[in-house]
Amino acid sequence: MERTLTEPVLEVDGLVKHFGEVQAVDDVSLTLAPGEVLGLVGESGSGKSTVANCIMRLLDPTAGTIRLKGTDITTLSRKQLRPLRRELHMVFQDPYSSLNPRMSVGDIAGEPLRLHGLASGAELDARVAELFEQVGLRGDLRDRYPHELSGGQRQRVGLARALSVKPSVLIADEPVSALDVSVQAGILNLLRELQAEMGFSCLFITHDLSIVEYLCDRVAVMYLGEVVETGTREALFESPQHPYTQALLSAALVPDPTVQRSRRRIVLEGDIPSPADPPSGCRFRTRCPLSEESAPRCVEERPALRGDGHLVACHLVEEGRA
Amino acid sequence: MALLEVDDLSVRFDSDEGSVHAVDRLSFSLEAGEVLAMVGESGCGKSVTAMSLLRLLPASATLSGAVRFGDRDLLTTDDASLRGVRGREISFVFQEPMTSLNPVFTIGRQIGEVLRHHLKLGRAEAHDRTLELLELVGIPAPARRVDEYPHQLSGGMRQRVMIAIAVACNPKVLIADEPTTALDVTIQAGILDLMRDIRERLGTAILLITHDLGVVADVADRVMVMYAGRKVEEATAGELFAHPQHPYTTGLLAALPRSGRRSIDEPLQEIPGVVPSLAQLPDACAFAPRCPRADEECEQVPPLEPVRPAHPVACFHPGEAVWNGR
Repeated sequence: MERTLTEPVLEVDGLVKHFGEVQAVDDVSLTLAPGEVLGLVGESGSGKSTVANCIMRLLDPTAGTIRLKGTDITTLSRKQLRPLRRELHMVFQDPYSSLNPRMSVGDIAGEPLRLHGLASGAELDARVAELFEQVGLRGDLRDRYPHELSGGQRQRVGLARALSVKPSVLIADEPVSALDVSVQAGILNLLRELQAEMGFSCLFITHDLSIVEYLCDRVAVMYLGEVVETGTREALFESPQHPYTQALLSAALVPDPTVQRSRRRIVLEGDIPSPADPPSGCRFRTRCPLSEESAPRCVEERPALRGDGHLVACHLVEEGRA
Repeated sequence: MALLEVDDLSVRFDSDEGSVHAVDRLSFSLEAGEVLAMVGESGCGKSVTAMSLLRLLPASATLSGAVRFGDRDLLTTDDASLRGVRGREISFVFQEPMTSLNPVFTIGRQIGEVLRHHLKLGRAEAHDRTLELLELVGIPAPARRVDEYPHQLSGGMRQRVMIAIAVACNPKVLIADEPTTALDVTIQAGILDLMRDIRERLGTAILLITHDLGVVADVADRVMVMYAGRKVEEATAGELFAHPQHPYTTGLLAALPRSGRRSIDEPLQEIPGVVPSLAQLPDACAFAPRCPRADEECEQVPPLEPVRPAHPVACFHPGEAVWNGR
């Protein structure tokens, strides 16, 4: 099993976020090693974006700790957090609503450098030019406004901005799901190139399993506010253990009719339960193809994530198999 | 004869800023009981085509060509005759079931409305048939669900209700515009299974509009690839995925991340440039400015000609070769 000997850049431990009754995230732990791309995958309502927003401190966690390069940032004030903001940047799904419409895209990309006092005047200008080149944008687009750019170009501006201060962690929340396939390919290639070149760690949030398999080193699968399985890309895609992961993988469509039509789908019964009233014990049990009425353990006891490296939260997966 | 025949369809939108050619001289036919997919990226004209078949476009749209259905041309037939076709013989399922359902009526009433209006069923008969339809589309506990409002249902269940409404009158054609795009992957699988089931049990022909080649690979018999308002390639699903010919199609297929591929070993195919503005659609191959194979010949509009049996392609330089290995 692959083990990182170095200190993790980001450590999330026992993260809980409740909105009133709604238990959006419950006891989620993740670590991100230097230079690692961790895919956080799940369907709508699984809590993956809430995890990201808690890490960014856009939301205040209900419980748990978030450590960035060893510093506990969970309860730091805005002012205390400010110098650390450099280390942690985010790109969003919709590059249109996340860019200020009244600023030129050049100013948007250079703003973090300016705010952190890292560059100004001619130097800032030169840095922005360099950033544009890095993300594959023509220099003459600098004076344009976000609405004048295409979706793919806007996402490149978002990346230029996020990476301008050379953060150690990039959080990418569904950065390509609003884009057409041919444009998406360019952004994914760019992200991987920049990651290899700059060495940042990336928490990549998506619902698209093919992108996770393509891009990520490790994967964590979320269901109804919990991580149900986590492991290396190889382990998770070659031998998924949790019945939810297995169903998710079996439902993903393969763009090849001969392969797709011979695949066996595991169809899940029913809908994802409300996070305001999640099932007792195992949260997946109401839709689980393995769990029978006769498995009282699934009703009574919440399964812990267990295993060595490849962790699974299921009572019915044999110990040691994972 | 084909069930539905579209002949030389063009759709133009006129605005103060000039006109936009959303669909340009498109012809295709839909056979009884088949699933025909129309695939392409945003702005390729696929949704406009679907809407134009039942004249659902706003008044700013100018349509030409013909849409033959039985002995009628749907583009010229009178409104009364069109009302008899809409929802009864040809029906629609849209991407977003929440906005297509009326939030203030129960789902039972919304399905019943179709039955009572088109099939003139009485209240009791319509109720029984509604329960049957809910059962058909896989909604558990129909007797309870029938009295619920759209907001009480999940996205997947709402889409099933939309499909129940669409198939209520046992239509010959179902037009499904991105029916699974707003749904999660495990829910999508169920809706695609349902569409297959509808086709098999009711014999409904389905025109499936999608941007997702995975959906195409899963359910389509035949595929048309659209680019900038024009059809650039057409073949059976098996043929298209095994032997794609148009550089746009090969590019799209190579742009998809696939199982077993890794980003560090193998970058994805990018298609440089952007989709042309439909305001100034060139009198040339619309894909040429982004195409690695383009030359002088491509300054004309390439005709759709079979490159392989039953596999027409609109390209002067067709071929399966992936871009970089040209």
